[in-house]
Amino acid sequence: MKACMFHLMPYRDLPADFEQRYQSAFIDPLWFDVADAEKVGEYYNATLDELLYAAKAGLHGVCTNQHHQNVYGFMANPSLMGSVLARQTNGQNVAIIQLGSTLPSTTPPTRIAEEYAMLDCISGGRLVAGFPTGLPTDATISNAVIPVEQRERFREALALVKKAWSAKELFAWNGKHYQLGMVNLWPRPIQQPHPPIWIPGSGISSTAEYVVGLDHCFCHLSYYGAKNAEQVADRYWELVARKGRDDNPYRYSFLQLIGIAETDAEAEDLYAAHAEYFFRKLLYAPSYYQQIPGCLEYPALVQALTNNPRAGINLRELKAKDFFERGFVIVGSPKTVREQLMDGMKRLRVGHLLALLHFGSMPTELCKANIDLFAREVLPHLEGLWDDKYEDRWWPERLRTKRPVAAMAVAS
Amino acid sequence: MATPEVRRLRLWQNRVETEVEIAGSGPPLVYLHGPWGLAPDRAFVARLAEANTVYAPRHPGTSRGDPEAVHVLDSWLDLVVYYGELIDRLQLGAPALAGHSFGGLMAAEFAAAAPRSVGRLVLIDPVGLWRDDLPVKNWMVLSDRERRPSLFADPEGEGAQRFFGVPNDPAERVDVLAQFVWAQACTGKFVWPVPDRGLKNRTHRIAAPTLIIWGKADRIIAPAYAQEFATRIAGARIELIEDAGHLPHLEQPDAVAKVARDFIGG
Repeated sequence: MKACMFHLMPYRDLPADFEQRYQSAFIDPLWFDVADAEKVGEYYNATLDELLYAAKAGLHGVCTNQHHQNVYGFMANPSLMGSVLARQTNGQNVAIIQLGSTLPSTTPPTRIAEEYAMLDCISGGRLVAGFPTGLPTDATISNAVIPVEQRERFREALALVKKAWSAKELFAWNGKHYQLGMVNLWPRPIQQPHPPIWIPGSGISSTAEYVVGLDHCFCHLSYYGAKNAEQVADRYWELVARKGRDDNPYRYSFLQLIGIAETDAEAEDLYAAHAEYFFRKLLYAPSYYQQIPGCLEYPALVQALTNNPRAGINLRELKAKDFFERGFVIVGSPKTVREQLMDGMKRLRVGHLLALLHFGSMPTELCKANIDLFAREVLPHLEGLWDDKYEDRWWPERLRTKRPVAAMAVAS
Repeated sequence: MATPEVRRLRLWQNRVETEVEIAGSGPPLVYLHGPWGLAPDRAFVARLAEANTVYAPRHPGTSRGDPEAVHVLDSWLDLVVYYGELIDRLQLGAPALAGHSFGGLMAAEFAAAAPRSVGRLVLIDPVGLWRDDLPVKNWMVLSDRERRPSLFADPEGEGAQRFFGVPNDPAERVDVLAQFVWAQACTGKFVWPVPDRGLKNRTHRIAAPTLIIWGKADRIIAPAYAQEFATRIAGARIELIEDAGHLPHLEQPDAVAKVARDFIGG
């Protein structure tokens, strides 16, 4: 199994009464009422430091992502972050996982094909090319994508990007959403015909079906913990079997919030405020921003209205204890964390753990301590899972060779 | 209210199947529903049917069994030409044409594109024009707290209760809510994120006598837009409706049906 450090790059110093002032972390908060550009500069740098620290500590990959017009996480262009990470990790056995640029929001999408190709070249073929469809607010409000066209655009854009990466001849693209008369991309990725492709989804929409159809890796970005993901994971593995794909765990990545300290009590104490900050201030999104008409295709809409696993959860009413007890965050001593993680990852058949080792208002020192403990005390116990039986076909080829046991870089 | 006849038409190279609900008797009137689909407008359509034969087509993608039709029409031009095909197929000559909100924009656009195909034009709180000082509110993204007061003059009134009411039966409830959301998706496709497709450049082509009806308390698109439409459409007349918001035909159905019928003539 592999473990990668995921980061949202949130605003870390929101006012205590943020929830009273704003209905949502998305769209509504006014920059000049809430934010300080100097501080934001520090956050971007701290985020890069933390990701690079994780790379050095022995995590297998570092992940960036794209969001807009919110306090939850605002790497507006993840390629900018990714290029720093690619440059700074040269020579290390670490994947640059862009999770990533949102195709439907970028016109023409060959721009993303170029940026990713640059990253693959800079990193020496260590890129994982992630393609999220984008949150409804990101795509439709911040970037004016027509809601009912978001997935259609995504699919056409991905086909165009893949062709642009590998076509031997110049070609014209006459699509429904994109028309380009002469495509001859410079540069092309080192990894041919394309870098490994990962596609995130929340588990509600039709994304998983599409991803399995194309034999890419599905990244379940749930934020509600392994304990609450069994239904989605089971559906996913049933789908994989139905479509005649193998049961290789590496076709499934899963995001998990993790907080580690020397003892369970200390961990609960250390991470409580940051968990509350993350779920109540940042993640909470009212339904009118999550369910913009058209963002879910008709069958998924009917499905969500019939049985929405998250309906009835009001994050703003929950406390740290709830987030811990319900398993949204796996928190505790190294022993507790590795036991819970091992159980969860086995149960869901996770090949790539996307560890959210920074969340909410965590200061950089705490994040680094968390990374240290994870890399030293947890990761070595997880690494052996699956590798005896399965090859990770969704990983940069140059990084697939067996690596030394993780972790000692930081300790030494 | 008598059950309307439902005619299914296959249009657009047989790629769009649409239902047209037909009711009443008298001179033909085509009614184009707003963003929330035909269902909420049925009672109002029945009133119009007291004096006219009303043809109420469902917007592409909102007919039962064909939600994917939303992906067939690619552009505003496609949609305008599609409505031309639909009205031709109904073989009504130059019928009166009425529409609410998004349907009002559609009606005005069609009247500009095919001026000889429309006898009279009735626009009920249409969208389609834009003023920076009076931005049109995005009706597809209304918070829980602003939804009712944005759409209705009286957020707790009978019209609002009926509009937001859902059946108790779980399966029916899912069906009604899905239709309600999907109708917004299908109509919103053509006006997202700002409902201005350049109608102002084409309004001079509208030749039909035009009545503009507006809820005085419309908080989606301000009543000042009634004058914006009237200024651009030769000879257009305005009727403002008291105690009504963006859906005056649901909040004050008697008043709206009366001015519409008086104007159209039975």
